[in-house]
Amino acid sequence: MKFGVVIFPGSNCDHDAYHVVSKVIGQPVNFIWHKEQEINDYDAIILPGGFSYGDYLRTGAIARFSPIMKAIKDFARDGGIILGICNGFQILCEAGLLPGALMRNRSLKYVCEHVNIRVERADTPFTSGYQRGQVLSIPIAHGEGNYFCDEATMAELESQNRIIFRYCDSGGAVTIESNPNGSLNNIAGITNREGNVLGMMPHPERASESALGCKDGRSLFLSLAESLREMIKLRA
Amino acid sequence: MKITPEILDQHNVTPEEYERIKQLMGREPNLTELGIFSVMWSEHCSYKSSKVHLRRLPTEGECLVQGPGENAGIVDIGDGWCAAFKIESHNHPSFIEPYQGAATGVGGILRDIFTMGARPIAAMNSLRFGPIRDEEIDDSREQTSSRSVARNRRIMAGVVKGLGDYGNAFGVPTVGGEVAFADCYSLNPLVNAFALGLVRREHIFYGKAEGIGNSVIYVGAKTGRDGIHGATMASAEFDEAAMEKRPTVQVGDPFSEKLLLEACLEAMRAGAIVGIQDMGAAGLTSSSCEMGARAGTGLEIDLDLVPQREAAMTAYEMLLSESQERMLIVAKRGHDRQLMEIFHRWDLDAVVIGQVIAEQRLRVFHKGEVVADIPNKALTDEAPRYDRPRRPFAVSTEDVTPKIEAAVSKLKSQIGDESQVFTEILRRLVASPNLASKRWVYRQYDHMVRTNTVVPPGSDAAALRVKETRRSLAMSLDCNGRYCHLNPREGAKLAVAEAARNVVCGGARPLAITNCLNFASPERPEVMWAFSETIDGIAEACRALGTPVTGGNVSFYNETDGEGVYPTPVIGMLGLIEDARHTTTQWFKEAGDVILLLGLTRNDLGASELLSLMMGAAGEAGGAVPRLDLEAEKAIQKVCLEAIQAGLVRSAHDCSDGGLAAALAESCFSSYGREAIGARIDLSEHAKLSGIDESTALLFGESPSRIISSLKPEHVPEVKNIARRAGVVCAVIGEAGGNELSVACDSKPLIEVAVASLEEAWRNALSSYLDRPA
Repeated sequence: MKFGVVIFPGSNCDHDAYHVVSKVIGQPVNFIWHKEQEINDYDAIILPGGFSYGDYLRTGAIARFSPIMKAIKDFARDGGIILGICNGFQILCEAGLLPGALMRNRSLKYVCEHVNIRVERADTPFTSGYQRGQVLSIPIAHGEGNYFCDEATMAELESQNRIIFRYCDSGGAVTIESNPNGSLNNIAGITNREGNVLGMMPHPERASESALGCKDGRSLFLSLAESLREMIKLRA
Repeated sequence: MKITPEILDQHNVTPEEYERIKQLMGREPNLTELGIFSVMWSEHCSYKSSKVHLRRLPTEGECLVQGPGENAGIVDIGDGWCAAFKIESHNHPSFIEPYQGAATGVGGILRDIFTMGARPIAAMNSLRFGPIRDEEIDDSREQTSSRSVARNRRIMAGVVKGLGDYGNAFGVPTVGGEVAFADCYSLNPLVNAFALGLVRREHIFYGKAEGIGNSVIYVGAKTGRDGIHGATMASAEFDEAAMEKRPTVQVGDPFSEKLLLEACLEAMRAGAIVGIQDMGAAGLTSSSCEMGARAGTGLEIDLDLVPQREAAMTAYEMLLSESQERMLIVAKRGHDRQLMEIFHRWDLDAVVIGQVIAEQRLRVFHKGEVVADIPNKALTDEAPRYDRPRRPFAVSTEDVTPKIEAAVSKLKSQIGDESQVFTEILRRLVASPNLASKRWVYRQYDHMVRTNTVVPPGSDAAALRVKETRRSLAMSLDCNGRYCHLNPREGAKLAVAEAARNVVCGGARPLAITNCLNFASPERPEVMWAFSETIDGIAEACRALGTPVTGGNVSFYNETDGEGVYPTPVIGMLGLIEDARHTTTQWFKEAGDVILLLGLTRNDLGASELLSLMMGAAGEAGGAVPRLDLEAEKAIQKVCLEAIQAGLVRSAHDCSDGGLAAALAESCFSSYGREAIGARIDLSEHAKLSGIDESTALLFGESPSRIISSLKPEHVPEVKNIARRAGVVCAVIGEAGGNELSVACDSKPLIEVAVASLEEAWRNALSSYLDRPA
């Protein structure tokens, strides 16, 4: 099993993602430079957080043109597992691998703090270690995390159960007050139709060790490793 | 062009200084050369008014690897790792253009860290603004209050956003700092940016141009016309025309800086670099002559080769530009190509623009002609030194107790009994801008990126783990401008003591400091006296506490229309937690834990937050500052640290602004992953040991050298023993638990309040001033 963490110029959570995979869940991981054209022998790709290309023009808008993105699209089409965190989510939306867009936070301010999110599905490769309805405490850190899409897309996301995480209060209730950025339907994370690409604004890699005060994010990476193990077994 | 008195004046060069320039040059300088002298001899670059005093600071210590004089100070933190850290001011630009001024302050300090070979892992900042509440404006002054409150809020919002946007995009967590308010900062906001990085001891780099014939390589962003004379702008007081100086403020690009960081560290690891320096204040000029001066060599550069963002720039403009995100590198021989490939991989310019020469000169070519040719030493070591006149002013010895008691009595007649009055005072204190929660600020900073932040903003000291080791680092920025204004020497000592106490409360042994000395015009003898006193105060406290000075920054001329800032020497203390398990926070942990108070309370109401609160703008700064006994301070810190290291302590919190009552409240408030918790406090034993019977001073006095600690009941005897052995007074003052904070003394109730309601007042205060239209 091998994880790859893509480095775009301006990525700054690349080391954090690498650290979680290599040190916290103990799996092999490599960095992938954005100018590379191919992804060979990877089982899962992480698009990390940060400010790719300074987030100039629009978050993720330039990164989608990086040479690596064609390979990422092929990888996704072939069913490869892709996790986009924060800026990674924004890039996935810009690249058309996920629907919708992330607009500026309702407050117009950057927000860094722990929020509660509810696990909407525990039957995905990313969330199998959680219970449906479980409330996780995971930090957010973004200025543009306000998820938006048109009504038709939203209807599709809801009916196809593609919303994986929603902002909620500590009891799991999805409320306006618990929505930190104004996202439609309190969306914190969604998948593509096929379920192999997840984009999420919260940072599970920042909540995977007790030294950092919270381990709620660790199960996401453990789930991923477990799912990959199954997939590899099936392939064999 | 002939140099006229008008030209000298425009360059802020005095006639005497001009004579000295001619003497050092052996001829008249041309305009470009005069421009170079004007920035290199500016207060900002040359420290000409402060150097004679800075010599008195202690700069030696066991852990010290690099003291003052380099881009940043460096201390050994064990296991082969070193920490490079420094603080720098960006006050003047932040007043003129808050967002970019603050942003480029972060950019500059980060470059100072990574030029040393260290990857920045933490940033902090110390901020001072004018009042943001209407009632704090003194109406007797010319400006209308609403105008200045609106301006102060706008400056603060811009500065915080600038600091956040730069640090967030660069990818360094901003983990703490301080924000304080006083009228004197209305037209002179202070923005001091701190950064810390990690480097292996054998991988430290210096700003030295060694090796005759080695290539001088320009890397990073292109040079534009921005920031010309930025250093000179920051070396003069402001008047009503200050806003015309907006073009001297640079524009930051954190994205370029991030690329520059990665490329520089990669080139360093590849062994391609001999010396490297940031082009900060005075840009290309200062980096080239300082690198030469440090190595005893010279530099020859050709401006035609410099990457330029604008057309037809003159030599003068290119040499004085302060365009951001640029570095000058002296390459190891034979490694030019390798070095340039690394930078090109990161899409950055990297161009050979000259070479190291044996003559100790800075020689600059432009369009085939020599446009400047100056001995390095003339720009650096031979820069003027002034021992400016000093005039002592009387330090305040006023006893403010009668004033405060009168105000308290008045409140009693309005509110009712004593405990209701003290409770109301506490509520107002914790909601005052100085004491209120700074969540509005640090929420805009990514304080978690790089996943090292083990104690986020909000506790006495921020703490970061050093992933490769069992260690953590604790850090704190501290200064109380009011204290320093009333008594510069004692105020400086108090700042050092508090900074050390804060990292001790975090579980760390204080290692060393960096400082940012913010003052008004050095040409005023009172200011210069305060500066000199400050240096002696810092020196005395640092010697006593064993924390050498690793460097820092002096910012003079924080003065507009003749009104200057309080002397504000901000102390940045770095502490080492040898075993990360000893990392401690200020918050009570569990019901049933016993609360101890180390140290004594005296009648120290002078210069207190309470005084400001009760007397309004008129009483803002008065009274005798709290008395500090450095031996007692040292003993109390030793006891606290020993108890923490023995695994006996569950929380530790320094008592400072707002006194014991505010500190107790802060320990009760909720923190991440932990609900608020009440406390039942009885101060009888502590008051008896302290020999104090005035309730107001007991609750709100700001005696230093006190630490509130909570522990499991079974550990009380052991901690008491540790204290006894060190001769430190230690009293049990209560127990954590419940939803209320209640404080009593000699069976008399003093404070009774639901923690939740107190916390709400504290938590929402800043946003209630800043998130509404002024």
